[in-house]
Amino acid sequence: MRPEELLHSTPQGLYSPAGGFYIDPTRPVPRALITHGHSDHARAGHGAVMATRETLDIMAIRYGEAFAGATQVAPYGARQEVNGVAVTFHPAGHILGSAQIALDWKGCTIVASGDYKPGADPTAAPFEPVRCHVFISEATFGLPVFRHPDPLKETEKLTASLALFPERAHLVGAYALGKAQRVMALLRAAGYTRPILMHGAMERLTAYYAAEGIDLGEVRLARDASPAERAGAVVICPPSALGDVWSRRFGDPVTAFASGWMRIRARARQNGVELPLILSDHADWDDLQAAILATGCEELWVTHGQEDALVHWAGLAGLRARPLHMVGYGEEEADNAAAPDAPAPAAGDGEASA
Amino acid sequence: MNRFAALIDRLAYEPRRNGKIALIADYFRHTPDPERGWALAALTGALTFRNAKAGLIRQLIAERTDPVLFALSYDYVGDLSETVALMWPAPPRRSEEGPSPAPPPLGERALETSSGNGEEDVPLEAIVHAFTHMGRAELPAVLAALLDRLDETGRWALLKLITGGLRIGVSARLAKTAVATLGSLAPDDIELVWPGMAPPYESLFAWAEGTGPRPQTDDPAPFRPVMLSHAIEDADFAALDAAQFRAEWKWDGIRVQAVRGRGADGRHVTRLYSRTGEDISPAFPDLAQALAFDGAVDGELLVLREGRVQSFNVLQQRLNRKAVSPKLMLDYPAHIRAYDLLVAEGEDLRDLPFEARRARLEALVAAHPAQEGLDHSRLDLSPLVPFTSWDALAAARADPGAHGAGADAEAVEGVMLKRADSPYLPGRPKGPWWKWKRDPHSVDAVLMYAQRGHGKRSSFYSDYTFGVWTGETSGTGELVPVGKAYFGFTDAELAEIDRFVRRNTVNRFGPVREVVHTPTEGLVLEIAFEGLARSPRHRSGLAMRFPRVARLRWDKPPGEADRLATLEAMIGTGDGERERAPRRPSRVVGKRPAPSEGA
Repeated sequence: MRPEELLHSTPQGLYSPAGGFYIDPTRPVPRALITHGHSDHARAGHGAVMATRETLDIMAIRYGEAFAGATQVAPYGARQEVNGVAVTFHPAGHILGSAQIALDWKGCTIVASGDYKPGADPTAAPFEPVRCHVFISEATFGLPVFRHPDPLKETEKLTASLALFPERAHLVGAYALGKAQRVMALLRAAGYTRPILMHGAMERLTAYYAAEGIDLGEVRLARDASPAERAGAVVICPPSALGDVWSRRFGDPVTAFASGWMRIRARARQNGVELPLILSDHADWDDLQAAILATGCEELWVTHGQEDALVHWAGLAGLRARPLHMVGYGEEEADNAAAPDAPAPAAGDGEASA
Repeated sequence: MNRFAALIDRLAYEPRRNGKIALIADYFRHTPDPERGWALAALTGALTFRNAKAGLIRQLIAERTDPVLFALSYDYVGDLSETVALMWPAPPRRSEEGPSPAPPPLGERALETSSGNGEEDVPLEAIVHAFTHMGRAELPAVLAALLDRLDETGRWALLKLITGGLRIGVSARLAKTAVATLGSLAPDDIELVWPGMAPPYESLFAWAEGTGPRPQTDDPAPFRPVMLSHAIEDADFAALDAAQFRAEWKWDGIRVQAVRGRGADGRHVTRLYSRTGEDISPAFPDLAQALAFDGAVDGELLVLREGRVQSFNVLQQRLNRKAVSPKLMLDYPAHIRAYDLLVAEGEDLRDLPFEARRARLEALVAAHPAQEGLDHSRLDLSPLVPFTSWDALAAARADPGAHGAGADAEAVEGVMLKRADSPYLPGRPKGPWWKWKRDPHSVDAVLMYAQRGHGKRSSFYSDYTFGVWTGETSGTGELVPVGKAYFGFTDAELAEIDRFVRRNTVNRFGPVREVVHTPTEGLVLEIAFEGLARSPRHRSGLAMRFPRVARLRWDKPPGEADRLATLEAMIGTGDGERERAPRRPSRVVGKRPAPSEGA
């Protein structure tokens, strides 16, 4: 059989003819398997949704309890049948609840990895390589210029700036789901003990992370903080809020942005960032190669990002590889980073690819 | 080097002057000698060594990476040094590779590592040493060995350094100011001893930190802090007695202090300093060589042709040039119009009253030899403007050509008032010196694009591109951008414009918004500016000098804004000459400049 009989790309997303389901569809479908809660992967309005418990919780927080007709929990490592296709969710290390989805059918294994990151992260279960015939990878940072530095060292840039400018608030742009909580956890790991202030757009998701047992220390709403508490505080907000009227209450803040894109100077400068923090929830160039090779796959399909370079590398490494030319993933982020300044929406504002 | 690299990386993103000073001072505080001294040398542009060409860097990366991956990466990043810094493959670890490879021809110092935690680093001094003393053939191997030892930011900084130009928005003055903040010195204190200093400035740091004496300088041509003036306002005149003041033309050039003295070896040293004490002599060798006095002259640097002062636009052709070619010096001969004398023949005159210094200056200029082959002297006197009352001076200011400035009137930007009895005081004391500038030109233009500012203004649309109509009459043809302004308005006005921009956006380009600009809808800005020049780089063919927002014309429909033809008529016929069109009465007197990003 051809792997495409088990899974292939369609305008709505990856589709399994054998199992009658989509993975991370961009439009409402009868049956969807969702890798993680970012808005470009997890959308409302599907008939039935299978995802990890955390992803289902996150979707309910963002879209309301009625976000899908029916839901089914997929615990990590548990094999479940969907119309004769064996489906197993494995940790992807991207954000809380993120998963790679392994499909087994007629002796062929395909792993759709969604977005993933092999590096350490206290807010997500660690990435597990899964042996497969076809590995489907993102390529958000699929260029050799992307080698993410040590997250703790990047966090120390922030604490060093706090020490140097103790009277100024430090606004850290971070996507509301995943990155924001990771920055909080990293600050705690770096020994930062003051209360962290946050934008209202991330209040419920942050509370959910804390309820899941992730230690974020004391986190409070920025709007409730007195001027004295704002001075010299770390304030985490969605990237769009950095240039928004909202940020004026902080006087003369230091503007930071936590994202893998901060590796590229032009990108940081274009956004008016003064303190770029290279913190990514995606695999970097070296991680992508190691992760792909660890699967032992014969074939590599690349979903979105810098697919040309990754496909070229795979060819050099002796793998069959092709881009899927999928649209709709990682795109909201580009708009977002270009600094729109509409009031920050409650949720789902493009935290997709950073 | 990695630490210095981290500093300049951070500086490149920091928009605030005070922020930059704090970052540099913090680095100096936490970095030992001599590393910090070499960093100071790099920041003040005092380093000179063999440069590497882009071709060599391309060759080094081509030997180490796949060509397709390099092409894709370079295309994505858009900057060669940055691409190479990020892509440079990690060198093979010595433990894995067995015996360490043969050391590169660097000299012992470069091989020392500065930290014991396994991370390699290279002292700046070793880099400077290597690049100063090696031959051309050694360059590739030396550079590759250094890149192997540095981290991403270190590689980026090194490549920027050796390809010429850190371009991080830090002037020598700013770096010296940071040194001053290490203790209780003033920036001018550093300036005063600076000409006698050389990297790595250990005695300078010791003095600044209060652990060493003031460095002895036997510089025969030192800088003296200059005296500055306040802008006069209408209300000030009532309290001032015209009889106690002398007036001069305010020339539209560059404030310069020309110092000439005899060194210990008997040879003369001549230096030209900017008003902040930066040595700008290398840019004006023609002028420096022609000076023959012994002392310190305060004056205006101007370009003269056929005895006539040229406009600032002409002078600008000589500024910011990498190389000063003979042709440039011939076409743009530099000149000093002197108006004060601080030192003469070893005697400090600064405590003398203005009139006494003026008499000494007149004698010095009269005795100064003319230069052969030039149609005018390199040094002349800025004449006094006679007046008996403030009204009489106002008349002279309004028409300098008819009051003694003659053909040079186009380079006059107002008058200076100096108390006859005032000593020469460093800094900007209030009272003895006033500047009374001519009214600016002004034009009504339409706001077309707005960009968010930086720092304090990062949530405000504070940088405005404005345009005028290309048609035969106002409101016809199209709007073509003629300039950009980012100050002149109050905080309240900024908030009003920001609100207008957010509500009237028709297009977004990253941080830039296009706002509505039709004959009936849009915002008219009255723009004040100091001059106009032809510029092939701008679509309108014009470049404005020092434009700022003088007034918001909420009352005026965009269709009634000015036309491009009106601006072109202001230019006149000459080589970017100042126009003679009548000026409008000033409405910007007393407007304060930008809060965060001063001009």
